[in-house]
Amino acid sequence: MELLSIEKSKPGRRGVRFEKTHKQAVDYLPENLLRTTAPRLPEMSEFDTVRHFTRLSQLNYSLDGQFYPLGSCTMKYNPKAYDKLSVLEPFANAHPFAPENAVQGTLQIMYELQEMLKEITGLSAFTLQPAAGAHGELTGILTVRAYHDAHGSSSRTEVIVPDTAHGTNPATANMAGYAVVNIKSSADGCVDKKALQAALSDKTAAVMLTVPNTVGLFEKDIREISDMVHKAGALLYMDGANFNALIGLAKPADFGVDVMHLNLHKTFAAPHGGGGPGSGPVGAAEHVAPFLPKPIVEKKDGVYTLTGEMPQSLGKMKAFYGNIAVVLRGYCYLRQFDADTLKDIAEKAILNANYVRAKLKGKFDAFFDVNCMHECVLSIDPSTMNGVHTADVAKRLLDYGFYAPTIYFPLIVPEAMMIEPTETESKDMLDAFVEALEEIYNEIQITPQLLHEAPRTRVVGRIDEVSAARQPNLRW
Amino acid sequence: MFTPHTKQDEKEMLNAVGVSSIKELLANIPAELLYPKYNLPAALTEQNLTAHLHALAAKNKPLKNFIGAGVYEHFIPAAVPALSGRGEFLTAYTPYQAEASQGTLQTIYEFQSCMCALLEMDVATASHYDGATAMAEAVLAAVRVTGRSEVIISTLLHPHYKEVLKTYTRHQGISIQEARVQVDGTLSVPALQEQVSDKTACFVLAQPNFLGNLEDAQQLSSVVHTVGALLVAVVNPLSLGVLQAPGAYGADFVAAEGQVLGNPMSFGGPGLGILAAKKAYMRQLPGRMVGVAKDKNDERAFVLTLQAREQHIRREKAASNICSNEALCALNAVIYLTLLGPQGLKEVAQLNVERAHQLADLINGVEGFRAGTGAPFFNEFVVTCPVAAKQVIERLETQGIAAGYDLGTICPQLTNCLLVCVTEMRTEEDLQAYANALKGI
Repeated sequence: MELLSIEKSKPGRRGVRFEKTHKQAVDYLPENLLRTTAPRLPEMSEFDTVRHFTRLSQLNYSLDGQFYPLGSCTMKYNPKAYDKLSVLEPFANAHPFAPENAVQGTLQIMYELQEMLKEITGLSAFTLQPAAGAHGELTGILTVRAYHDAHGSSSRTEVIVPDTAHGTNPATANMAGYAVVNIKSSADGCVDKKALQAALSDKTAAVMLTVPNTVGLFEKDIREISDMVHKAGALLYMDGANFNALIGLAKPADFGVDVMHLNLHKTFAAPHGGGGPGSGPVGAAEHVAPFLPKPIVEKKDGVYTLTGEMPQSLGKMKAFYGNIAVVLRGYCYLRQFDADTLKDIAEKAILNANYVRAKLKGKFDAFFDVNCMHECVLSIDPSTMNGVHTADVAKRLLDYGFYAPTIYFPLIVPEAMMIEPTETESKDMLDAFVEALEEIYNEIQITPQLLHEAPRTRVVGRIDEVSAARQPNLRW
Repeated sequence: MFTPHTKQDEKEMLNAVGVSSIKELLANIPAELLYPKYNLPAALTEQNLTAHLHALAAKNKPLKNFIGAGVYEHFIPAAVPALSGRGEFLTAYTPYQAEASQGTLQTIYEFQSCMCALLEMDVATASHYDGATAMAEAVLAAVRVTGRSEVIISTLLHPHYKEVLKTYTRHQGISIQEARVQVDGTLSVPALQEQVSDKTACFVLAQPNFLGNLEDAQQLSSVVHTVGALLVAVVNPLSLGVLQAPGAYGADFVAAEGQVLGNPMSFGGPGLGILAAKKAYMRQLPGRMVGVAKDKNDERAFVLTLQAREQHIRREKAASNICSNEALCALNAVIYLTLLGPQGLKEVAQLNVERAHQLADLINGVEGFRAGTGAPFFNEFVVTCPVAAKQVIERLETQGIAAGYDLGTICPQLTNCLLVCVTEMRTEEDLQAYANALKGI
């Protein structure tokens, strides 16, 4: 355990000094507007601060240090060049209201990234404004809503969401003011077309589909599904969080997708930063494109500009134009790798997931025993595993030096363990991971208490998460 | 290639899976959808990519920046990016496995604590996308808390924030009115008094307001609270080194743009949405929060908590769909505040006040120009020009100066008005150069 900064603080210590002023704030401003008590912030030297945060960083598992097989999160290697290039001073110091001719470099990158995302998805327009995947979903569904409002179909009040969807999908539909209609998946893990047909009506605004879906399968009837959705007068929204499985292999526009989001912090190698910043660009087919948020970068006579008119736009999703530092990383990625490499990326992501699935078979089985896309979903049956639950396996993996897979998701798989190796892991690493799980399997048979007591090697033991919610302590 | 697979690896892996090619694994994808043609640029080596990005960066023109309007240029100590850029922070995911994520979790707890101290509020979240979305979420929370649906906002709220609020509330049955402004560029307290009613859910205050002016927050707060409405304060966190904290004037929710705390401008993003509230509204706050828990040995540990509010549990009944936020920007902010401490923060805020007032004085000495509107200001103020602000901007740009934000773009009556910002980054020589440049107009 590391002390809090405030516990290390000593009055009078400090890290940074600024130039002296000639006068005090009170000489410029009325006293009643001024602060009377200093905020309780830590007082530390620069060296104290450096050591404090360095030591904290060492308490983390991270992708740079450990295999991080979190399903649905696409923890792929983030090339180091982008760390430097995305913060070059002229980019970092660009003010969003600077004259456009002073920010042509930034605008060109935004424009070219829009163009490349259009090419990769087959869609007609992209906005880079959304700050994260969930923010992209909200942008997409509000775009759908603006489309329907403009087409006299405001009476469409429902959004259909399969039960395999990320929790963000139904929450998003609700934030856009839609009622959520949940539909069950069929026994093979894909959309149940009968259930979909029964749910579709003249009230349906959109169907939100994750492709590949959260059990790691491509919706094999995608063309039929999109025909059904369109026949009902609704739009097809694709959650592109799992696009790493399709990049360079297929274009969502060819499936009949009308609107979708991508996660630059997943498929396009921007690091996750412990929880953001991300970037969730949203693409739209031609008939929906006018309703995207404004502004979008345009190129006019060789000059890049944000001033284009978008009279039907839904408005703004955030201040300014998007998480540009993350956009820069996505741009770097797509300039460093050509179409053949993108195809290789998706293929190797798929190969890696199937390899782990095949190697674990007989010990930890996939819930759907078929070839998967970029991730595989295993299921544990505690009744045949000496009372061991998925959470125990996850915690034990930490002792073996691996981060844990995503657990207890998707909800339709009991005791789920969702593994997404990504393409950047080598066979050697996957073999080491499989070996660790095999060892754990043996422990389950012989010494299951090792799992119940895990983790033993971390800075803290197993945490009682409920204890935090009882009497919340959220600050010093 | 980006992938580490040798031919031999690939062969062995295919064998283990029991297929002869990767294509066999794609049987679910209809053949006519597979392998379309792509028209994408050729791949660059890292070296060539580096040269290419430097060439693009060179297309951005460096100007002495006097623009603020929601994004501010401040000094970022070297230790901030050096620490937050460590791979252990940069390449970790959201801290789902708490035992392997104590570093990220503790920094978030420290961030929440620093925010509460700075704002004088009880609880703060782990962060939101930016100041505008944090404000929109605060308004939605205020509507849920009060069960009322009328919202009054400061007319002098940032124009982008207004647009974002419109987007977020459009389909929620919420009406938005604006409060009246008086000639000195601040809100009229008596007008707000007439406007509020027992239907008012909340009033959104901007302190400083978009013109840089400081409002009589205490009075406005009293007016709002007399009708049982809530005060949502939008503040500049760096200004709180010297300005009264929103908790001190009774804010119920606070939303702020935290970019000013150790984050670069980056053309406006990522920002850092700060969202805080009084304790009574803790369970109405959307977004992640970190709390103290016990491990099995009864030792202190940190975890994501109060998750029963969140989308992955509540699905369509959740307060918001937010999950990823701006953790790394929050980390920058907490490192920045730890380096500065209370004294450093006061010094930098004071330096902003002084330099801004110095420039205002210099501008008032230039014939035809007038700085300020009569109200007190922090580091940003209105300059009334003898010609259109647009012309002043174009003229100063030729001398390497970004003169300010053209207020004519949001209000035709303000065509001659420029919004000018001065932070600690501008030296006294820069201020003189600015005033000299105006003299030629």
